Amino acid sequence: MADRSLTYVRTEMAEALPPPKSTTGISAWMRENLFSSPANSLLTIVGLALIIWLAIPIWNFLVADAVFSDPEGLRGEACRFEGVGACWIFIQARFSFFIYGFYPPEEIWRINLMFLIGVILMIPLLAPRAPFTRTAAVLFFLVFPFVAFFLMAGGILSLESVPTNRWGGLTLTLIISLIGIIVSMPVGILLALGRQSRLPVIKGFCIAFIELWRAVPLITVLFMASVMFPLFTPQGMQPDVLLRAIIGICLFESAYMAEVVRGGLQAIPRGQSEASFALGLSKPKTVALITLPQALKHVIPGIVNTFIALFKDTSLVSIIGIFELLNTVRAASSDIAWQFPTDAVTGYIFAGFVFWLFCFGMSRYSIYMENRLHTGHRR
Amino acid sequence: MTTAMEAPQADRSRMAVSETDVAVEIIGMNKWFADFHVLRDINLKVMNGERIVIAGPSGSGKSTLIRCINRLEEHQDGQIIVDGVELTNDLKRIDEVRREVGMVFQHFNLFPHLTILQNLTLAPIWVRGTPKAEAEESAMKYLERVKIPEQANKYPGQLSGGQQQRVAIARSLCMNPKIMLFDEPTSALDPEMIKEVLDVMVKLAEDGMTMICVTHEMGFARQVANRVIFMDQGQIIEQNEPEEFFSNPQHERTKLFLSQILH
Ligand SMILES: Nc1ncnc2c1ncn2[C@@H]1O[C@H](COP(=O)(O)OP(=O)(O)OP(=O)(O)O)[C@@H](O)[C@H]1O
Ligand SMILES: [Mg+2]
Repeated sequence: MADRSLTYVRTEMAEALPPPKSTTGISAWMRENLFSSPANSLLTIVGLALIIWLAIPIWNFLVADAVFSDPEGLRGEACRFEGVGACWIFIQARFSFFIYGFYPPEEIWRINLMFLIGVILMIPLLAPRAPFTRTAAVLFFLVFPFVAFFLMAGGILSLESVPTNRWGGLTLTLIISLIGIIVSMPVGILLALGRQSRLPVIKGFCIAFIELWRAVPLITVLFMASVMFPLFTPQGMQPDVLLRAIIGICLFESAYMAEVVRGGLQAIPRGQSEASFALGLSKPKTVALITLPQALKHVIPGIVNTFIALFKDTSLVSIIGIFELLNTVRAASSDIAWQFPTDAVTGYIFAGFVFWLFCFGMSRYSIYMENRLHTGHRR
Repeated sequence: MTTAMEAPQADRSRMAVSETDVAVEIIGMNKWFADFHVLRDINLKVMNGERIVIAGPSGSGKSTLIRCINRLEEHQDGQIIVDGVELTNDLKRIDEVRREVGMVFQHFNLFPHLTILQNLTLAPIWVRGTPKAEAEESAMKYLERVKIPEQANKYPGQLSGGQQQRVAIARSLCMNPKIMLFDEPTSALDPEMIKEVLDVMVKLAEDGMTMICVTHEMGFARQVANRVIFMDQGQIIEQNEPEEFFSNPQHERTKLFLSQILH
């Protein structure tokens, strides 16, 4: 409107055009994101230098100076020299110990069978729109725990009995965290709902429970479970130390989960439950069909965050003498036969990598779930 | 907050009002929010087939009044009888009343995690126990009635405000209510969407639905209502037939209010 006239009527409609060329392509991307200004260019160069400066020693340790094989069989001597990097034959030699702990080697097929059943049942639960979801859910949550327990513990059907102090390694880490996840989720939801209850007794109990468990460090909970608990129970009546630790973790994580879920419930506008009531739905149905599904969807990142923290926290049970993954790694690297300069570092790198792998997997899965459940912008 | 556009044309001949059947009766009702006396000495009788419009300044208690009718709010004194059932603390009666009374909210309150079709079939399936296929069939009928059957498988967040409000009306209708409550159904909408919602409401009135609407759409009131009720400070100040109400208000407060909203 160059003529500064106040009236204007469009006579031709503007066509939709493709975007200008310069904003696409690799060189354009680099120009725009890495070298858009002198300061940005400088930062890019400094960043690049930093990466190279860090990458070289890491590369040397993990690959160049590392020991990948031992022609004379897997022996500690092969890594016993000055300037050795990571000793991968150590991981190779003790791999089975890291995965299965002290479980009798000839019974390891039972663990593998358990994992196989677990994975097969989890596929329809985790994959979208897979068939048999309902059947798989029933089997996984109601039947699988018993099957897994009897496979692990034995003592029936001519399976040799394996006491829990021989369970260990990654197997035990996964068992503890899976039980923690499966128990803390529903208990946490119940606590969160109870905390919003109008009945003072229920509300008070839930608040007290949550605040008590949240205020105590997990290490303290585990020490209480292993040391204090036996003091109050009669001799011979004490439940297994692993069971006590798992119960402690479940209660602890339930309190955290409750607060995550409560955050989600609070984000749901009151109009949602009012609309549901106005349609004639009862309070329990309103919670189950309207508020809770929305609340859980909102807090998927928080839920998965709690799961990831739980998974890593399982390593704390090592302080009460339970041989989960980290403790088997520690035990293996202090083995006399495997004394070499980098024994601890190699072991911890391996353990760290395994933890990272599982946590990263959970994190990616949660992002995928969020996108799948996204149903358009809220108004 | 009236709109300048022409009022929807309504066919009043089909809106029969029953002489004997009472839909809602409120007798000497009082309500407090803590110390605040929000509704004072409310007496109101709505016959089957009547269309009541409630108007009044903000904070006068209009929403609270109609929310008492399906017990989203609890009254402390007096009686509310809906379709022959008196509302008390008895949960069974509350459920009974809520099944017969539909409600449409200012902000639609659709369930964002469910598709439009699921929004409509939820209550029939979970409250009335209607089989899913049957519920979906009748839901589609109501979606056609509000003219958006093609949106059935979308989510509420993908619809315009006017479409969402029409879905909300259809959702209530799926329960076959005898009485419909509307709480400012058009006041969150852009002007061009108001008409599409009012059209649906006029159709509903023509089909003989008993309606209690809180609204400032005076065109709608003139065309459809057989009574306009004016509230202020928690009380019913004046009620009259629409023509009389607008052309010849009696109370000072009503005159002031009308002069403000009718320019
Ligand atoms: N849950 C509540 N607790 C306390 N006070 C409330 C509550 N709900 C409403 N009120 C108060 O009661 C009065 C009446 O509210 P109400 O929502 O019924 O007014 P309204 O006539 O619908 O107004 P508007 O036109 O703004 O919607 C207002 O003063 C409001 O602040
Ligand atoms: Mg209101």
